[in-house]
Amino acid sequence: MQAAVAVPRAREWRAFALEAKFESLRMLRTPAFAGPFLLLPAALYLLFAVVLFGPALAKDPNTVLFMFMGFSILGVMGPGMFGFGIVVATEREQGLLQLRRALPAPLSAWLLAMMLMSMLFVALVMASMAAVAPLGHLHLPAMQLLGVSLVCILGSAPFCALGFFIGSLASAKSAPAFVNLLYLPMIYLSGILIPLPKSVEWVAHLSPAYHLEQLALAAVWAPHAGDPWVHIALLAAIAVVFTALAARRIARRG
Amino acid sequence: MTNHNIAELAGVTKRFGKILALDEFSMAVHPGELLAVLGPNGAGKTTAISLLLGLARPDKGTARLFGLAPESIEARRQIGVMLQEATLIPELRVCEQIELVAAYYPDPMPVSRVLELTGTAPLSRRPYGKLSSGQKRQVQFAIALVGRPRLLFLDEPTVGLDVQSREFVWQSVRRLIAEGSSIVLTTHYLEEAEALADRVVVINKGKLIATGTVDEMRALVVRKLITCKTSLRVEEISRWPDVQSVTANHHGLHITVRRLLAADEDLHDLEVVSAGLAEAFTELTQEVR
Repeated sequence: MQAAVAVPRAREWRAFALEAKFESLRMLRTPAFAGPFLLLPAALYLLFAVVLFGPALAKDPNTVLFMFMGFSILGVMGPGMFGFGIVVATEREQGLLQLRRALPAPLSAWLLAMMLMSMLFVALVMASMAAVAPLGHLHLPAMQLLGVSLVCILGSAPFCALGFFIGSLASAKSAPAFVNLLYLPMIYLSGILIPLPKSVEWVAHLSPAYHLEQLALAAVWAPHAGDPWVHIALLAAIAVVFTALAARRIARRG
Repeated sequence: MTNHNIAELAGVTKRFGKILALDEFSMAVHPGELLAVLGPNGAGKTTAISLLLGLARPDKGTARLFGLAPESIEARRQIGVMLQEATLIPELRVCEQIELVAAYYPDPMPVSRVLELTGTAPLSRRPYGKLSSGQKRQVQFAIALVGRPRLLFLDEPTVGLDVQSREFVWQSVRRLIAEGSSIVLTTHYLEEAEALADRVVVINKGKLIATGTVDEMRALVVRKLITCKTSLRVEEISRWPDVQSVTANHHGLHITVRRLLAADEDLHDLEVVSAGLAEAFTELTQEVR
């Protein structure tokens, strides 16, 4: 019997780079899907922080920062949860995932490529947020903008994992509904856009969006709740646990 | 695992809930052969292929691919796969899909070469989602070939293809076998198996019913098939002794033919032929029903 067939390390990296390139290309070729995720956060910031409440917010730097962070986190959640959730569910249903498993392409390469694609989207969202921030009288130093962007880019991992988990369970038709079922309550219950009443503030601690927002606030030296390391640990745990659960289910059932 | 088998299922049992998909089933693929896996719908063909591809694991027994666990990446680097149900990424162009899959193999063909070999060069720049179903099958065939696999799994490769494209696939398959590759073919078209296969495995209800060359399969069925154009009614002929509907058995052949001619003076286009793979398949799978 023939010995194991080796592939040089450089070829493996090339395959991975191609996977990432084509994942990004396919998203850019579906502007109806990519457009809303890229434009929505900056558009909402312009609507609320500039058009509707601009003059009032000029005197309230804390609220305008709260809005900036809230819409940025919204921009982080979308590509990971919807991108992974819908793509994985669709690929499972169409048999593409089964073909990927039969080909010598490691599942991890595809996952990493999709995650990179989501991070690229978040980078574009953060660039658009940085561009419109001054219009709402928010003037963050470049290093702080860079810091909060990095936090948001890396912080998309747990949302990708949640999307991956939903995609591993749901059908292509039901995946958007299931993602919305998690996404919409999470926006409200994490208090990123509307502060929660004191009596239910504890609910926010269950949401990765809340922990990411606290980290983002810490990145710009603004007042924040809790220890940043605890937020990092919780976000990393969500990313690892849901990725592992989804990968296990796909390995067993496809 | 026997040394000359490049893929093997040994005594595998696989259940899906209450359904017993495979029951103590064994099969092997030898180097350089085209093995056709035949069976009616729900017989267990897809499950057998899934186990060999590492897409599912047997509840009992072993599955080996090149002496390795089928899910190992080293084993998968030596196979090419064309699945019946799988679609490719609709937004990517044909050449991009092939380039991506090629990148995972140790010594792939150049993309231009595989496009030429599979007749997909004119489709190269077109998005996969815009192709017709037959063109999609051709691209899936190209994806299966690009890694220069030692073993190729083809699941219903010519479904949806026009006659010309089907002939193209058959030619490619024959060339691959001549070059030393092995192929596992599942097909509903028995004439496809008859035209291409060196060996046939027949599955029904999760069990191995028969295995052998196409000629050996035919020899399992001792009967002759008579076709003719006649004004006699089928009901009348089927009441004659030694007649199984429109088919007479070997012993009754001359008597039946003589009686046919005696019963219908205008009878013409009479043909008497041996059973083909299709008849053998029908008879074999009916025996276990």
